[in-house]
Amino acid sequence: MIKKVESKEKMKIQTVINGKSYEKEVEPRKLFSDFLREDVGLTGTHVGCEHGVCGACTVLMDGKAVRSCLMFAVQADGTKIETVEGLVNNKTGRSLKAAFSEHHALQCGFCTPGILMSSVEFLNENPQPEKQEIKEMLSGHLCRCTGYTGIVEAVQQTTDGNSK
Amino acid sequence: MKPAQFDYFRPSSVEETLELLTDYGNEGKILAGGQSFIPILNMRMSEPECLIDINHLQELDYIKQEEGYLKIGALTRQSDLEKSELAANTVPILREASRFIGHSQTRNRGTVGGSLVHADPSAELPLTLLTLGAKVIISSADEEREAALDEFFLTYLTTDMMPDELLTAIHIPIDSIPKGYAFEEFSRRHGDFALVAAASMLDVDENGNVLGGTIAAGGIDAVPLLAEEEDFNVLIGQKLTEQRIKEVVQKMVEKAEPDSDLHASAEYRENLAEVLIKKSLHKAYQRATESGE
Repeated sequence: MIKKVESKEKMKIQTVINGKSYEKEVEPRKLFSDFLREDVGLTGTHVGCEHGVCGACTVLMDGKAVRSCLMFAVQADGTKIETVEGLVNNKTGRSLKAAFSEHHALQCGFCTPGILMSSVEFLNENPQPEKQEIKEMLSGHLCRCTGYTGIVEAVQQTTDGNSK
Repeated sequence: MKPAQFDYFRPSSVEETLELLTDYGNEGKILAGGQSFIPILNMRMSEPECLIDINHLQELDYIKQEEGYLKIGALTRQSDLEKSELAANTVPILREASRFIGHSQTRNRGTVGGSLVHADPSAELPLTLLTLGAKVIISSADEEREAALDEFFLTYLTTDMMPDELLTAIHIPIDSIPKGYAFEEFSRRHGDFALVAAASMLDVDENGNVLGGTIAAGGIDAVPLLAEEEDFNVLIGQKLTEQRIKEVVQKMVEKAEPDSDLHASAEYRENLAEVLIKKSLHKAYQRATESGE
């Protein structure tokens, strides 16, 4: 028989977040975005629309950029997660953060964590992207402050840094 | 916005999943990539009693060439399809269309099978796979069956699958696949739902006369709409002319019942369908001609 986890029951999950292993118990319906913020205390991951449109909650799961609001915490069992807090240990992440500051690529900063995570995955896979490709990657993120110009420039500068 | 409570199963094989579907298929739902389904749960438009999470069914995650087909496992992520060299070499329209599905971040999780089962009439994969004459493999605890896509989509978000069935694979016939292909789409912003999308496949002879092919359009009817053979035949045996294209498009649009909504009126959608079908036919024709040179 396949184990049934009752809706009110908690399921034990194990996940490595930013290099640190966590064992927690969660209800099946808990969204992974809420798990990160409420159960693990990593509030750098922002929750915007909760239906996958705004991109603010984007994290890396096994190296891939995914929406943490379109996943349940129980689905992160056995995976490796990186959130914006983990970028201090990531070379591309640090360069991106410096470039974002330099190019005024954020104002209120609500969308920034998600954009940074997508950009890290994007630059890992595609170290020398065209400007159009950067824009396509950013199309999965809503920013209502900057008009995107500074964000595109910041990502672009980080790619220039990669080539040196 | 949080989903209602549900019981949770995490099977590790197709066999286990089919067993669960026999017992819980009526009140439960399969959870694959969840990129359309979890928003529906979050907004409480659906409150299933239990979810059967098939993300651990590694056996359904593959793209392979076999017996004249490109075979795609239902759990293949849309981003893997987009990046697959095998898919790009055998069925290049798949990469062209995949880039329009949502955003790279949702394609990392969204699955090929999930997109078909969700059956959104403006979605990219149902439309493209219909144009390619693909069939789907559907399993239940009792039997395995095949369904052609032109009979699979019934209406908005509805397919001919039963509650105890699981879509396991998509088979695209590749032995006589037309050389010319094109996918065109118009949406308000990149990554939004398409207002209208069109896909064309075309073969031409050495004189530039059309030999055969297919056209389909999405977003203008309750299901992706495939041009009927007798309508498509207007194009056969001659070069592509504006007059002939107009004739085919008119016949297709006559059979469609586009909706008027917040995003576009029915008239606008019909007009857009004509523009996009024409554009995709021209591009497919050009590619077919170039490949013959």
